Amino acid sequence: MVRLAASAAVSVAVPARERASSALSLGFVTGFLSLIVALPIAALVWASREDGASGFWDAVSSPEGVAALKLTLVMAAVVALVNAVFGTLIAWVLVRDRFRGKSLVNAVIDLPFALPTIVAGLVLVALYGPSSPVGVNVYGTRTAIALALLFVTLPFVVRTVQPVLIELDTEMEEAARSLGAREAAVFRRIVLPNILPGVLSGVTLAFARAIGEIGAVVIISGNLPYRTELSSVFVYNRIQSGDRSGAAAVAVLLLAISFVLLLAVGALRRLATRHDAAA
Amino acid sequence: MPLRSLGLRGVAIGYLVVILLGPLSMVFWRTFEHGFGQAWEAISAPGSVHAFELTLIIAAIAVPANTVFGVVCALAVVRGRFRGKGLVNAFVDLPLALSPVVVGLSLFLLYGRGGWFYGLFADHGIQILFALPSMVLATIFVSVPFVAREVVPTLREIGNEQEQAAHTLGASGWQTFWRITLPSIRWAVVYGVVLTTARCLGEFGAVAVVSGHVEGKTETATLRVQDLYENFNLPGAYAISLVLAAMAVIVLVTMTVIRPREEIA
Repeated sequence: MVRLAASAAVSVAVPARERASSALSLGFVTGFLSLIVALPIAALVWASREDGASGFWDAVSSPEGVAALKLTLVMAAVVALVNAVFGTLIAWVLVRDRFRGKSLVNAVIDLPFALPTIVAGLVLVALYGPSSPVGVNVYGTRTAIALALLFVTLPFVVRTVQPVLIELDTEMEEAARSLGAREAAVFRRIVLPNILPGVLSGVTLAFARAIGEIGAVVIISGNLPYRTELSSVFVYNRIQSGDRSGAAAVAVLLLAISFVLLLAVGALRRLATRHDAAA
Repeated sequence: MPLRSLGLRGVAIGYLVVILLGPLSMVFWRTFEHGFGQAWEAISAPGSVHAFELTLIIAAIAVPANTVFGVVCALAVVRGRFRGKGLVNAFVDLPLALSPVVVGLSLFLLYGRGGWFYGLFADHGIQILFALPSMVLATIFVSVPFVAREVVPTLREIGNEQEQAAHTLGASGWQTFWRITLPSIRWAVVYGVVLTTARCLGEFGAVAVVSGHVEGKTETATLRVQDLYENFNLPGAYAISLVLAAMAVIVLVTMTVIRPREEIA
């Protein structure tokens, strides 16, 4: 629908020079993306199949690699769930609540986007590491990994739910309340269905980020094989020890997961803006 | 009702303190724990100064490259008609979901020994891996999406009526871009540039794979934090971190100042 309308508007006699400049810009975009993103990715996929299908399978199914991948997926899922609850809650407080310093709290949410992840890891180890001033030492445990991943993924759900809550009219909720609905029912039956696509796309982005994170976890997790070694760290260690095809095989697996998650986010985004597109 | 909302507020702020604000406050305390002098010594050490310089040089190349790309790409995706738009979108979004280590490894395999581009540069004595070029490439890769992702929705929103009008009145494509399109997307571009800058200054994983970590040569500020930490030079690691955190706060303040204007535009 949108595409039809747009093409109708553009078809007002486009002169040759315009067409040449749009071909030029398209060429630039394709060339840039090929050189920066597509070619390296292609080289990775190519290298992963150097040892054949069995070599690929051996590399992917090494006990250490499997343990790392399992841990990565479980940690990312836990972190995504915690974000679903607390991200929504924070967005709710930022939109519906009123208190002094709210704009400051709102600004602070973006800090994990602005802060280098290695700094995040270092400050976490300062508070929750061996010389913790509050007496909590989680260094080298899975709790430490969860904390680091929660730090870097904090903004995703908040920032996808917040705009939806701002747009959401409170009239429906008031109507439900005046008809005797309890707060829990109002949230579950009116608010939640509206914010769900936002929550899900935020959760998916947080999950993807958690799967690939290295900077925040590398300092605090201790990187013990089979216990606290995540896939990204596993790949990094393979590279350092010169095992190119082993690193490439697991990396291709991570790449495939990223693609699937991006497709999911795209589908959710279309779901959320369905009414806009139809207009 | 007020009690309940007070409870929610308390939980939300409590969570932020445990996850974010508590740890962050530690960087100030730990940096100045042993006095200002020691912190300054760590920051002004030759290795640190070089690391900051290298970080800034990489950002100074990667940010403009991604700004030009982001604007052109957004224009092509929103205004253009071509096959494979979905593919372009997918590649632009990919760095958001991909592990930086995988990005680094990809470049490593493309430009390293046995890679497709290895001979191309090695024959001319140009070093890509373990040198500035690969670090720049890695940084550009991870920060590709930000400008494009900010500009696309703004371009959609403003529509192309004004551009059409300018066009009908005889403006060239170039004039239309500078006088009509760019002024209306400028805040989105600035916002994207701020995000790109933050990502470039803070990149760790991708650069860690391709750089080789040579102090005074290929060590950026974030890599130096890790190296100092691993060599038990904690005060040094905290001091460098404090400078990086200060940059992040500047970025954050800029974002906060820009955002309302962007929404008005």
